[in-house]
Amino acid sequence: MITMGIDLGAKNIKVVILKDNKIVAKSNVLAGFEVEKSAKKAIDKAFKEAGVTRDDIEKIVSTGAGEKLAPFYDETKSVVGCDSLGAVFLHPAARSVIDVGAEEGRGMRCDETGKILDFEVNEKCAAGAGAFTEAMSRALEVPLEELGALSLKATEEIPMNAQCTVFAESEVVTMVHNNVSKANMAKAVHDAMASRITSMVRKIGFDKDVVLVGGVANNIGFVDSLNKDLGLEVVVPKDPEFVGALGAALAAAGWKGGA
Amino acid sequence: MELEAKYPTEKLKCWNKAKDIRMKYYQDYAEAHDKGGLRWAGGAWTFDAIPAGLGDDVYPITSEPYGATIAFDKDLSLECMEAAEVQGYPRDLCSYMRNYWGSIIIDKYPFGYNKDGEFVPRFKGAKPLGFPKPDFIWQDHICCSHAKWYQVVSDLEGGIPMFTVDNAVGPANELTDSKIKFVVEQLKDGVKFLEKVTDRDYDDELLFKAIRNHFVSTSKWAEICELNKAVPAPLDEKSIYSLYVLGTLQKAGKQVADFYEKVLLPEVKDRVKRGIAAVPNEQFRVMSDTQPPWSFLGIFRYLEKFGCISIGSLYTFGLIGQWEVKKDDTWGPKTIPDMEFSSRDQALYEYVKYELHRPEWQHFYSCHLKSDMMIRIAKEWKLNGVMLHYNRGCEGLSVGIAENRLALLDAGFPVMAFEGNNADEREFDEARTKAKINAFMETLGAK
Repeated sequence: MITMGIDLGAKNIKVVILKDNKIVAKSNVLAGFEVEKSAKKAIDKAFKEAGVTRDDIEKIVSTGAGEKLAPFYDETKSVVGCDSLGAVFLHPAARSVIDVGAEEGRGMRCDETGKILDFEVNEKCAAGAGAFTEAMSRALEVPLEELGALSLKATEEIPMNAQCTVFAESEVVTMVHNNVSKANMAKAVHDAMASRITSMVRKIGFDKDVVLVGGVANNIGFVDSLNKDLGLEVVVPKDPEFVGALGAALAAAGWKGGA
Repeated sequence: MELEAKYPTEKLKCWNKAKDIRMKYYQDYAEAHDKGGLRWAGGAWTFDAIPAGLGDDVYPITSEPYGATIAFDKDLSLECMEAAEVQGYPRDLCSYMRNYWGSIIIDKYPFGYNKDGEFVPRFKGAKPLGFPKPDFIWQDHICCSHAKWYQVVSDLEGGIPMFTVDNAVGPANELTDSKIKFVVEQLKDGVKFLEKVTDRDYDDELLFKAIRNHFVSTSKWAEICELNKAVPAPLDEKSIYSLYVLGTLQKAGKQVADFYEKVLLPEVKDRVKRGIAAVPNEQFRVMSDTQPPWSFLGIFRYLEKFGCISIGSLYTFGLIGQWEVKKDDTWGPKTIPDMEFSSRDQALYEYVKYELHRPEWQHFYSCHLKSDMMIRIAKEWKLNGVMLHYNRGCEGLSVGIAENRLALLDAGFPVMAFEGNNADEREFDEARTKAKINAFMETLGAK
């Protein structure tokens, strides 16, 4: 059985194609302003990689903020539902999942089938999402992909009090004037963001096997801060940004846990 | 995806009657002076049977429903909010209050006359009237915003005589004779104040009638809500909002008592008897809490696509409705005191004793009292889950809501919380709330 999951996130569109629950293709394309066109591009790319056409796909599930903008799909499913399916598939012991994407942070608890038991989503605020690290990398004039490694070189813990991206940027300016090193500032950014995510996750509680998914899970500095805040080591699967699309493809296949 | 209907449904027959009562209320207030009558302003919780003793031509406007009415008119609400902000009133204050103040500042009433001379809402083509200035203010004080609300109203209007009753005497389960008398004595002082500022003689017979109406309105409303324990539920919350509001306008008014007792209650009983559902595909039952985001009532219709009905809330049941625990330990309508009134003192004592049991006053003393009532509703109304509105627009009703969430979860009820504002639409994100609802419905087992 061939199924496809499309995750139309705020910044990127991810596609996963499964054949008998094995990943045969995945693609990731910037959403941009013409989301429908970008979605088509992402799907075509995945089709090509898998060597399939639309007719070969038995079922397609779309998810994400722009789920209804997919050029074609059979069903939609919530992001938290897809995240938990994908996380349990990759790490069967997972009972808590944290997803930090470009626009939103989410926490969820689920059972062994990936069914959501409780969830929490951060409200209208960039400070708990990838947009925050992007804004801070601009303010620090450090490429985003280097921010994580840089923060691991920090020598001091400097609290960042701002709970808002805009005010945090002005706090960074103050730190620059105080000759705080970029490494210490990068760590302050990740600590602040981790603290926001942790506070959201604590609302619903978490069990020991916590899987971190979403694009921000690629940021090793943020992962380090989050681990310290939660007091455990989160599990970061390979290609964490694809877990939502993977869950959508699994939902299309009717996967409910197990092999 | 449309789910198949499981139950028959039909529109409420009394719908237009309810709308007429509401429109007449706002028209009567606006036209009071033309008829030689008086206008007064106060909160929905105020002891409104007291001004009724001044005559049958004394017309109220209650503040919270007025703020909600403006909120429903998005353009006017934004104008009001911005006008209040320009005068320095910050956005974290009660949003009903800011709508109300804004309406005075820009001097616009949300109603007026259309080209055919009919009294209609502004958004239906009425040329708006100016805000009709009240002759006096009659308020109570349990919510932290209430007394200040009218202090500002009085200031904005250049000084309006104002009387405020302190009714924050503690929870109903600790009620004592002295606490009741503390409020009664204030009401007696209030009667003297009303006689003085209106230059009218006070009529105790009118007071007695108004208190009777109050008992009927508040008890019968609870009885109507109790009927929603039935599966399928005869009423959905979006409709309940249009019905409970009459009690918030004038619970001591005969037109409201009669409507609840003689029109709505028999109709809802009949719906239960015939199995008429508010939502024909009812599969899941939830409740909400606090005021809804008034500009976005569509979220309640959105639930229906999942076969989910919101059967009401402690807010819609207990803001005006009066309840008691019955012999079988279930919640039912409060028993109306069976006695004739023979004196002002006696009538006021019974009125206050009854009124201090109001469910939505109890959480001002303890969030646990509110949690207990919410869990009771969740069990007795057979709910699958709860949707909590973390309402930034009303600190009074939102206080302790995060504790309520934990208590409901501990009691085994899934809870979804969403942030918003009852009257300031700038603080509500419809798309994100719908996305949350999608996920919550999945957790309840909806596809």
